[in-house]
Amino acid sequence: MKPAAFELVRAGTLSEATKILLETQGAARVVAGAQSLGPMLNLRLVQPRILVDITGIAELTETADDADALTLGACITTANIEDGHLPGRALQALPAVAARIAYRAVRNRGTIGGSLCHADPAADWVSALCALGAECVIAGAHAARRLAVEQFVTGAFETALAPGELLQAIRIPRPSPRARWGYHKLCRKAGEFAFAIGAVLDDRERGSFRLVIGATRGRPLLATDARELREGDGRGLNEAAVLRLLERGGIGDAVARRQYLAAVARAWGEAGTA
Amino acid sequence: MTTHGIGAAVLRKEDERFLHGRGQYVADFRLAGMQEVAFVRSPVAHARLRAVHVPDRFRDVVFTAKDLVGVKPIVSSPPLKGFKHSSQPILATGKVRYVGELVAMCLAPSRAQAEDIAGEISLDFEELPAVTDMLAALAPGAPLVHEEWGDNVFVEFSEGGAIDEIAKSAAIKVTREIRTSRHCMFPMEGRGIVAYRDARLGHLTLITSTQFPHCVQTGLCECLGLEDAAVRVISPDVGGGFGYKGLLCREEVALGWLALRLRHPVRWLEDCREHLSANANCREHHYNITGYAARDGKLLAIDCVGYVDAGAYSDYPISSAPEAAQIANLLPGPYDFPAYRCRSAAVATNKCPIIPYRGVARSGICLAIEVVMDAIARATGREPYEVRLRNLVGPERMPFDNVVGKHFDSGDHPECLRRAVAAIRLSEIRARQQHPEPDGRLIGVGLSFFVEQGAHGTSVLASWGRPIVPGYEQANVRLTVDGDIEIRVGTHSHGQGHETTFAQVANEILGVEFDRIKVLQGDTLYTPYSTATWGSRSMVMGGGAVARASRMLAARAARIGAWLLQADAADARVSGGRVEAGNGSVTLREVARAWYLQPQNLPPDVDTGGLEVTAGYRAERDSGTFSYAAHAAVVALDPRSGLVEILDYVVVEDGGVLVNPMIVDGQVCGGTAQGIGTCLYEAMPFDAQGQPLASTLMDYMLPGATEVPDIRVLHMQTPSPYTEFGIKGLGEGGAVGPPAAIVSAVNDALRALRAEVHDLPLTPERILAAIEAAREQTGNG
Repeated sequence: MKPAAFELVRAGTLSEATKILLETQGAARVVAGAQSLGPMLNLRLVQPRILVDITGIAELTETADDADALTLGACITTANIEDGHLPGRALQALPAVAARIAYRAVRNRGTIGGSLCHADPAADWVSALCALGAECVIAGAHAARRLAVEQFVTGAFETALAPGELLQAIRIPRPSPRARWGYHKLCRKAGEFAFAIGAVLDDRERGSFRLVIGATRGRPLLATDARELREGDGRGLNEAAVLRLLERGGIGDAVARRQYLAAVARAWGEAGTA
Repeated sequence: MTTHGIGAAVLRKEDERFLHGRGQYVADFRLAGMQEVAFVRSPVAHARLRAVHVPDRFRDVVFTAKDLVGVKPIVSSPPLKGFKHSSQPILATGKVRYVGELVAMCLAPSRAQAEDIAGEISLDFEELPAVTDMLAALAPGAPLVHEEWGDNVFVEFSEGGAIDEIAKSAAIKVTREIRTSRHCMFPMEGRGIVAYRDARLGHLTLITSTQFPHCVQTGLCECLGLEDAAVRVISPDVGGGFGYKGLLCREEVALGWLALRLRHPVRWLEDCREHLSANANCREHHYNITGYAARDGKLLAIDCVGYVDAGAYSDYPISSAPEAAQIANLLPGPYDFPAYRCRSAAVATNKCPIIPYRGVARSGICLAIEVVMDAIARATGREPYEVRLRNLVGPERMPFDNVVGKHFDSGDHPECLRRAVAAIRLSEIRARQQHPEPDGRLIGVGLSFFVEQGAHGTSVLASWGRPIVPGYEQANVRLTVDGDIEIRVGTHSHGQGHETTFAQVANEILGVEFDRIKVLQGDTLYTPYSTATWGSRSMVMGGGAVARASRMLAARAARIGAWLLQADAADARVSGGRVEAGNGSVTLREVARAWYLQPQNLPPDVDTGGLEVTAGYRAERDSGTFSYAAHAAVVALDPRSGLVEILDYVVVEDGGVLVNPMIVDGQVCGGTAQGIGTCLYEAMPFDAQGQPLASTLMDYMLPGATEVPDIRVLHMQTPSPYTEFGIKGLGEGGAVGPPAAIVSAVNDALRALRAEVHDLPLTPERILAAIEAAREQTGNG
């Protein structure tokens, strides 16, 4: 279980990294914290000719804070988010999600951008950032672009990144002070990947009420207008509506549906949405 | 009792180096010129191997079955009637019978390079239908793992006899079908081997992570056609074994053969994927069990058919027999009932071999019989513990021979159970269950009770049919020039703390300072031949041998000491590290100096054997010691997600006289953690083609620190009447009780929903499916 030989390139700048990615035409893989790619290399599930280490690129660990959004460089580690090493007013949802991702040793190295690019459906950042309405800031050899997380993650382990593109940062809109947030995942044991995730952001002030069902077989199921998932009286969760969402998402197994519903109900309860 | 003798909870000698990261494991040996081996393994479960294509440029560094001329396959055939033997080639030839079977061996300066070469080897094979389920393997027309057998049955066992009369008249009949998952043993340290030729000593030397160096030596000699004088096996610090390191590995034979050909050392270190998917699994059983009882809960008869999915080959020297043998003759457990019938069989499948894991078959057996006890409790409307109490053997009947003649040596089983019921606070839990929990979870409480036969002696093992049957365990005890004690034993600690506990035994008898007693083990060059450490035997057998040798040494030293004191030898005795006679005393150091350096001071009739004794020991009655324990668990089950949390866990255990209660607590807790894994987490699934589906720790789930609750361990200490100091074997019991106790608790929680689960592990999906099924049945009914 040792990797096949590869060439390691440490990119110093964004343009250098995107240039290599473009020129090598798929023979190169980007590596940051290596918490998923590392084992895949060791198991020889992937055997890239070149590994481009992007952790030395200064822009990728930068953060920016403005009134509307918090922008996190793709190479910021989950541990740094957990520890609240973020600028400006805290965005409470992030450290809470970060603290329950895998184990501390993984969080010390694993990056928020790496997790999104790996696009494991069971990864917390995929679901949480989708629920928060975050955007991916993508650098390219030719041009930069932005994509909502739900468009960035196109399927299980698949993203919209084109050759020569690199995820530069994640822009997370700041919820209003009265926004309600709920996040719940079901894992068989602490630190494992979840088998069901529910996430709810109820931010009426910003006109946003999003609900995400994660850890599916593909990209997360998203309700961009979660009002339709409320019960008639407006407070509780309409389980039948959630079940319909699951069915539309292709989740037919009765036991699995119950588990997703359980996760969503807990997240809904945590958000205390009304 | 001395301050460091029997019963003292002294800190472990070995932890000084372990806690400072100075342990020495196989992977810590880096010998000059050493090269690394990577294996090409079969990618399919069942196929005829037509050819192995080795590119020309790798001819000198890749070895296949064709190269291993004269190397014998591993054959492990116990002398049991009807046992069908399997021949396990070191490198595959003819057929491959499971995914992961060794096909070729690749040599390179680094493991990565060796894996590069392995990637260049291509196999030409004709795939055959695989048989991956033990019940399917029994069906007529099933693919045959070994064609020459005519079926897929290694061996069958049958115990007991007529039950029909009792069955007919019994008021209560309960039947359950139970399946336990195949799982992996996962010691912290995997296997590893360094092999080289030692020209000076004329040895093929194997440094290998094993529980029994001498058995590896014997097996290696058989396969390589060598005499034991030409083979030395060193097992250094071993990071856990649990049975996984209790067999001769094909890799050991392969590297031994390779080292004999080459002029430099070679090494193979098992990686996580090889451990999970290729080498050996454990625990996969299927039971169809029926219990008959009277209305008052008295058990009248047990009728059972049990199968073990034994995989493709019989491993050496354990063989594929003992697991099925234990089902037949240990299933009755602690209970006293008059009629018993059990058939069991070890079934061959296209999966890697099953070998005994801590507790061997007993975690499954305990689950099967305890599920029946719970079912009887339900059927009779009684508390599960009352039904158990009704059927346990009281202390006044000890020693007691049960329905299959198992001889319980001593103990008070009912008291043990009562203490567990009190400690888990059963009545409080029952009161709590009257009200819904604020978080919507369901509370359940469950129990299990079992006996643990340990230190099985010659007669037991001969009847279970092992190729190597243990006899007298030997220890060598030596008084050194400086008055220290060196103990050499053939047992081998792989976490049990023998360097500490054997020293405690010698300290108890000789009184030499604990720090001046050293235990040496794990090297065939300087330790007595032994079947080593497995089956909860080392403290009873090895400890017994250390005691015997220490006493003989004491007698020899006393005679010399008496002479030095000018006292009558008959008055001399050893105590506190001195020879005392009358008012005088000399230290053992002075005795040693006389023997080694000043022999002119020795008595004329001195024992010329000197101050070094090798003595053998076997318990007075070798039918095994019978430890026993009650496990009790409280769980909270979320009926929405299917997740189970263990809220409280109690073990009340009687392991006879405890040599070191701290180490015992560690063993009980460690075993319980593994039992929790068996019950809730661990499974190695296979697809229909025989592909193992959990080849990394992302898919193979082990309990971690957060899944194991604080385990409350309470002790009783009833001495065994048959052993030195009354010690009983207890190393495995922790792993035996949890599946039954937790299944019992989960089913208690599910009672209101009329759902029941028995198949392990209790995944959230299985629990939800059971709830779903119960709901449908209630809806339809």
